[in-house]
This record gives sequence, C-alpha cells and structure tokens, in this order.
Amino acid sequence: MPKEASLSQLVNKYFYTHQFPTMWCPGCGNGTVAMAMVRAIDRLGLDFDKVIHVAGIGCACVAHWYTTFTALQTAHGRALAGATGIKLANPELTVVVTLGDGDCAAIGGNHLIHACRRNIDLTAIVYNNFNYGMTGGQVGPTTPLGAIASTAPEGNLEPPFDLCKLAEAAGATYVARGAVYYVRELINLIERGIKHKGFSFIDVLTPCPTVFGRRNKLGTPGQMFKAQQQSTVSVKKAQQMSLEELQGKWLRGVLVEKEAPEFTEEYNKLIARVQKRTK
Amino acid sequence: MQAEREVRLMQGNEACAEGAIAAGVRFFAGYPITPSNEIANIMSHRLPEVGGKFIQMEDEIGSIAAVIGASLTGLKAMDATSGPGFSLKMESLGLAYMVEVPLVLVNVQRVGPSIGMATSPAQGDVMQARYGSHGDYASIVISPSSVQDMFDLTVKAVDLSERFRVPVILLADQVIGHMREKVELLSYDEIKTSYRPEPTVPPEEYLPYKGDERGVPPMAKFGTPYHWYANSSSHNEDSFQATSDYAISRKLIERLTYKIEKNKEAIIEVREEFLEDAEIVVVAYGCTARPARGAVLRARSEGIKAGFLRPIVLWPVPEEEIRKAADTAKAIIVPEMNMGQYAHPVREACWGRAEVFSLPKVGGEPFSSGEILAKIREIEVGA
Repeated sequence: MPKEASLSQLVNKYFYTHQFPTMWCPGCGNGTVAMAMVRAIDRLGLDFDKVIHVAGIGCACVAHWYTTFTALQTAHGRALAGATGIKLANPELTVVVTLGDGDCAAIGGNHLIHACRRNIDLTAIVYNNFNYGMTGGQVGPTTPLGAIASTAPEGNLEPPFDLCKLAEAAGATYVARGAVYYVRELINLIERGIKHKGFSFIDVLTPCPTVFGRRNKLGTPGQMFKAQQQSTVSVKKAQQMSLEELQGKWLRGVLVEKEAPEFTEEYNKLIARVQKRTK
Repeated sequence: MQAEREVRLMQGNEACAEGAIAAGVRFFAGYPITPSNEIANIMSHRLPEVGGKFIQMEDEIGSIAAVIGASLTGLKAMDATSGPGFSLKMESLGLAYMVEVPLVLVNVQRVGPSIGMATSPAQGDVMQARYGSHGDYASIVISPSSVQDMFDLTVKAVDLSERFRVPVILLADQVIGHMREKVELLSYDEIKTSYRPEPTVPPEEYLPYKGDERGVPPMAKFGTPYHWYANSSSHNEDSFQATSDYAISRKLIERLTYKIEKNKEAIIEVREEFLEDAEIVVVAYGCTARPARGAVLRARSEGIKAGFLRPIVLWPVPEEEIRKAADTAKAIIVPEMNMGQYAHPVREACWGRAEVFSLPKVGGEPFSSGEILAKIREIEVGA
C-alpha cells in the first residue's frame, strides 16, 4: 500500500466521473484546488459519510457537482451561513466550504467576518481568481488596482481586499494562503486547516486565464501558473527579505494559527450548564 | 375522556415559541426585529433546556440560511421575523422550496412598505408569503387569530413542513403576537408531529428528488451513508445538475407546485359559522377575523343573514369552501389590513357566483367590528 492514494484512487473514490468533463475552462486553476482539497481530506482519514461540502455560487463553487460528498449549494454568498447551521446542528460533521472571492468577500462579506469572529469550526477555502469568472469577468473585491474587467474597462479604481488580513482582523484562528503552482504546500495548508479546531480560512490564488488573464494580457495558462513564483513568497523566505523586496508580493503559508474557544463546543457546554441548573 | 390541559395566560409570541418546543423544534436562528423579538428571546433560553440550539445570526439572510443547514442535518428548525426581514429572506426561502427543506418561518406582520411602523399591525405580506421569491413553487401559509392559535398553529406548521418537505410560513401579525390571552395546553409529551419521510432503499439506490405518490421525496439526514446533493440549481431526480434540460426542469417545477396543490385537502383548514343560510359572508383571517366574527354576530342579532368564513390556511386557498359559501350568498366581504390582497383569490374562487367586496384598511389601526358591520348593512340595504 503506498502512503498516498494514487490519483486514480482519489478520482474513483471522491468524484462522480460520469459527471466529467468539468465546466472549468482549459487552463483554469480551480481543478487543482479541488484535487488539493480531496487529497487533504483523504490524508486525514475522515469518516467519508461525515464530511459535508457546502458551496456558494460561481466558478469556485462547482467542485461539489463532481465530488461524492454530501453537499449543499446555497444562494450566492450564503455558504458560510448555511454551513454554520449544519455545524451547530451537528458538530460531529466536518464541514468544508468552498467560496469564490466575490461570493465570500462581496455578497457574502458579512457572513465571512462573523464566521471568523464566532470561531466556528468550519474550513473555508476561497478560490481567489481576482474577478467574477462565471459571469464573464466583472471587477470584484480582490481585483488589483488598475486591472481591466468587463465592468472596469478603464481599469479598476477600487483598492482590493487582502482577504487574509481581513480574516485575521475579524478573528479567524487559522489563516493561510496557498497558490496552485505550489500544490504540495496547498494540500498541507488545507489539511492543517481542516484539522484546526475553530474557523480556518485558506485564500488560494488560482489563475483565470480565459477572462481575467486574456483581458489583462497575462499570457498562457502555463505562464499564469508560473507567474506565481514571482508574485508570491513563502512566509519562511519572507523573513530574510526587506520590506522593499516584499512589496507587491503575496505571502504564502500559515499566517495565523492560534487556539481559542470554539463556538459549537462552547454551545454544548452552555447546554450542559443550563440542563444541570434546570433539572 | 379528554386529556387534561394546563391553563395559562400567555403572550402570542410566547405561545408560538412554546408551540415550537412542543412540536419538537430543536434549532432556531434569528435576527432582532420588532414585533417578533420575543420569539427569539424565548427560544434562546428554552432551546438549551431541551438540548436544542439557538443562534443569533449576523443578519436576516444568514438566519434563514442557517435554519436550512440545520434542517438538512435532521433537526426541526425555525426562524422568526417581520416585514423587512421577511423581504430579505426571500431568496433563501426560495432555495428552501427548491431544495425541499422543511422549516417554519414566522412573520409577525407590521405596517409596511419598507420600515413602515414597527409596532403596529398589518396584513400586507399575504401575497408576498405566497409569491415573494422568484420563480414558480407552491407554499403553505397559516394565519393565527388568537394566542391559542399561536401555539396550536405553530405545531401544525411544523407538522405540515415535515409531511410535505416544504417551508411553512406562519403569517401572524403584531396584534396576535403581542396580545395576552388564556391558553389551554396539552402536556408536550402528548403533542405528536410528523417527521419527514426518510429513505427506505439502500444508499446506492437513493433518489433524493423522486417524489412518492404525493410528490414528496424521502429526505436523508446529512452525515449518514446516504450521500446526496441539496441542489439549488435545476436538478434531476438523482439531484445532479440539469440546467440545460427543459423537460427535467418542467417536471421539477410541476412537482414542487403539485405536491401542495394536489394535496390541499390534507392541508387546508377553515372555520365556518352561520353559512347555511348566509346571504352576506365575511371572509377574514388573522387579527381581522376577530372583529369580523363580532360584526357577523351583531348583524345576526339585527336579523341580517350574515355568515363567517375564516381561512386558517391562507395558501393553498380553500377554493371549494369559498365557492360553496358563494353558491348560497349574494355577497362576500373581505376585510383585511392591506389595500386588498386576499380579496383577489377569493374573487377568483367565487367567480360569477357572488359579488366580492374588498374592504381594505391600512395605516396600522385594527378594524372595529362596527366598521365591518357598517359594510354588511350597506350591502344589505343596497340589496
């Protein structure tokens, strides 16, 4: 038995292959994120029946069309709120939430900051491709300043969010950033996030060659993947770099990891307390 | 022998919360809004006592989304709100119809539109409760007229939502939510409500969207060997995406509608009085049913042949009952605290049989029986 499941073993266990091909464009990074999630779940040896996949709406939120986990597709932006109900109702479940950058930080922004604050044990994986891919490449809350989008033909005027800083400030107890070019690292980041007790937030940089790349002349999908070597830097390597050298680069790796009371555990303690008192 | 009942003085919203506990609701998510606040306040301390969960979400949309998630894990779940929150929930409420998630949504109506008057009653959300979310579906909407109703009809709402795997709206109003009355309560152990049909086939044969003979599909709890996809997109019986197949989409929308419309005999409930010889029938619901009944009693004492018909379930519409009343009556009056909403389905039901008079009243002041009696007299004299 090999230590790691082979790709075909993963595909056969975790995907409805009769639903292939996926709707993702050739060269899109999203399939890599989905495979990283599946491999992380497989490594953890979780009870397959008790893993629930929750998704919002958008290109990021279609992995569950193909995966064999029990899944809920909420309204656009509402995945974390739906996942909160699932987790609180049955804390035995492992709830993994896939979101897009617009889904999580624009229409679903309120649910994001409050899920962070509440420290409920969910794992949120954000497929961050800097625009609304499914609807044709509109500007979004992570679109870089000046980038061209279908609704920003003269270039984006609005400064973007750093989603990890947002999650950290809102109280998330595990915050990490991955990039699809560094897939082994990404698997580890997701694995560690699912294991973490409390709200885990993983921002994953994933190229959208078809709309964002083409519109902004970022080259082929291969070039867009490789560009992550320049646009990102690992937390470890960053320690040896000056502020000038770090300018304009995304930090990759675990950015926050701390212990704090987890919401559903605290709620169960509350029930025990109340029931003891009212007996 | 009748089971013993405990007599209590209760507020309407309190009776609603207690009805939910008695009906087995074990999850509540909500957001502060007047005049429904007491329901959330009470649920926050009652639920942990019975091992249930309460959460105040970050907004109205989040609370209905959380209730949907909780219901999917197998808990009976409820949310409560008023007009502005009801509007905000419409998209996710539609999702609950599409994904077929049992839940109860209480709307303690206040004056609209918009922020309107938070502490005054209205009945302006009758059409929204039926048609508020985009697309086609059928809903069950129940209208309480007393504090006792707030208890009993919350139990009924839970029961129907589970039987038909559908959200049920308890459409109360500020008068009924905030008034205090005597209620008689059965021991909660004696109150039985349905639980959603569950799959009886092995997991590999489970079709989460194949209706039974009523059109209601079996529902597996999340976290069991029955892996399934609660899919808000147009879907096949096996729950897979079918967003380019017209025939599948048509079949799905028809089933979502017919599972309610074709089973309406098992759902609808009306209260009828003095209809046998009634020439003028007052059709009224919610808080307006109280002065309406008073007006009918006063008209009778004056020798006017007036009758009273109260739809306890507003949607689906009790068309047969209304039609029957219209067969003998010459006029139907529909008093309601809006610009004339339920008058429309009533008029449709008695088309060509009796004349329907809408009696609208807006602004937050409830009807007096005298106002409704004046309309009865006017029609009586006119005839």
